Amino acid sequence: MEAHAVTSHNRGSDLALRWTTLFYLGVMVVLPMVTLCVQAASPGIEPFWRALSDPYAWHALKLTFLTAFVMVVINAVTGTATAWVLVRYDFPGRSLVNALIDLPFAVPTVVTGLMLVVLYGPSSAIGTVLGRFGWGVIYQQPGIVLALLFVSYPFVIRSVQPVLMELDRAEEEAAATLGAGAWTTFRRVTLPVLWPSILTGSGLSFSRALGEFGSVVMVAGNHPLLTKTAPLHIYGEIESGNRHAALVVSSVLLASSLLILLGLNALQRWGGVNHGD
Amino acid sequence: MATDLGVDQTKLQSRALNLGQAVRPSSLGRWLLTGAVLGWFAILILVPSLALVRQVAVGGLKPFLLALARPEVQRAFGMSLGITALATVVNTIFGIGLALVLTRQRFWGRALVDGVVDLPFAISPIVAGLMLIVLYGPEGWLGRWLEPHGVRVVYAVPGMILATMFVTVPFVVRELVPVLRELGEEYEQAAHTLGAGRWRTFWSVTLPSIRWGVAYGVTLTVARSLGEFGAVLVVSGNVIGHTQTATLYIEEGVESFHPEGAYAASLVLAAISFILLVGMDFVRKHLEGGRENRP
Repeated sequence: MEAHAVTSHNRGSDLALRWTTLFYLGVMVVLPMVTLCVQAASPGIEPFWRALSDPYAWHALKLTFLTAFVMVVINAVTGTATAWVLVRYDFPGRSLVNALIDLPFAVPTVVTGLMLVVLYGPSSAIGTVLGRFGWGVIYQQPGIVLALLFVSYPFVIRSVQPVLMELDRAEEEAAATLGAGAWTTFRRVTLPVLWPSILTGSGLSFSRALGEFGSVVMVAGNHPLLTKTAPLHIYGEIESGNRHAALVVSSVLLASSLLILLGLNALQRWGGVNHGD
Repeated sequence: MATDLGVDQTKLQSRALNLGQAVRPSSLGRWLLTGAVLGWFAILILVPSLALVRQVAVGGLKPFLLALARPEVQRAFGMSLGITALATVVNTIFGIGLALVLTRQRFWGRALVDGVVDLPFAISPIVAGLMLIVLYGPEGWLGRWLEPHGVRVVYAVPGMILATMFVTVPFVVRELVPVLRELGEEYEQAAHTLGAGRWRTFWSVTLPSIRWGVAYGVTLTVARSLGEFGAVLVVSGNVIGHTQTATLYIEEGVESFHPEGAYAASLVLAAISFILLVGMDFVRKHLEGGRENRP
């Protein structure tokens, strides 16, 4: 009798907890998102398309995807190499480096941008030397890629590292015993196992790069049709009162990030099936 | 694979005998790769950080302290700390609750909720701010109803708190879900069988077991809240001394060409994030240690 009473009381508290937390999530996350999508779509397809095909909006989106893509290619290679070195090799200061990998997650993005301006800006030593050759980093497109590389540095590393640590090395040793060189072993034996985690890390960093604002606003210098990425463009449209234009570009960014998230989810499920768990 | 079968027997034997060396011949490659990875890390992450330290150091200690003593800087840091404290407390309580719901309860649509939690990670801070304007602004769905009652959300402090809360919703939940899953329900059920109520079970069984996970999530939330810029910028109106956080102050300082204060505030924020990072490393070791000790 008493046990039964306890369970039914618990069911009540379970439901209360569930509905409170779901209500919070709904008000905090779902409601603002739905509002944004409805407001972006409500004037209809034609105004949506007109806002999207505005040359400034279109260029901003193109630049955002291009810089994010360049960043992801570089980060996929360097991130995998870094994870490899951190897991497989021992060198002095390894645990220190391993702890500092997350620094970009902890440093505010504005501070990141300011650091890059201080180091590479037109009045810095490096900037002066580069300027003599007619090159520039800050207030130019390479600066955007640099900022994105900084803020998304940990994603691939932190995604690949646990997989490398759990990896059974017997297959690699077998390949080496059979005469395969280090590179061949990596390419034919290790890499196929690492692919899902490299893709996951790359997808997360790409999604992060699409939305990055704080560091980019500091290094990009806000030149329309040159260094204005989509988040910068959205901010400009909000400031100048073009609410609908801002909403349209925002919904494109939002949809792209959601697609990436869904893709990663499917990838994980597929990987899980493939490994039989 | 077919080509590997052609390896002659003697080569195979010599390889097998020198297995220790079979891994070693690439020691030159190993050093090159380690050097390249560390060099990239130094150029990308360390050198810019040191450049900021140097920039402030060149100015000297006195101007640095004077810049920090300015009332608008102090107010900006006070604002950042207040917003961070509020967002962290709310999201920690909510995060523990939602992580418990996601791991201990079965209900229709759980996978969907699990996905929704991650959404703030996928949304640009600027877009997050815009969402809040659309919802709580003077013409917004909720704002239209709130403003006549004298509740101002957007272009005021409540909006900045909401923006910070929005971007930090996932951290505690994401850290706790795997920890709770790994912990299992046995201990909780045992406590329950021994007559402990839900609340008692939570305080004396669940919370002590997940405390390092909570600590990790809280550290991430604090770091992100202190550093949040885009979402807060959009909803703040950036009124100096009133709705200006530390990050907004830095941007304003650079934009208006009096960067000394911005450098000083940046160095302080960078130092705080470094301390948080050391804390994260400490907490992570405890998390992993706990995992190994468990059978």
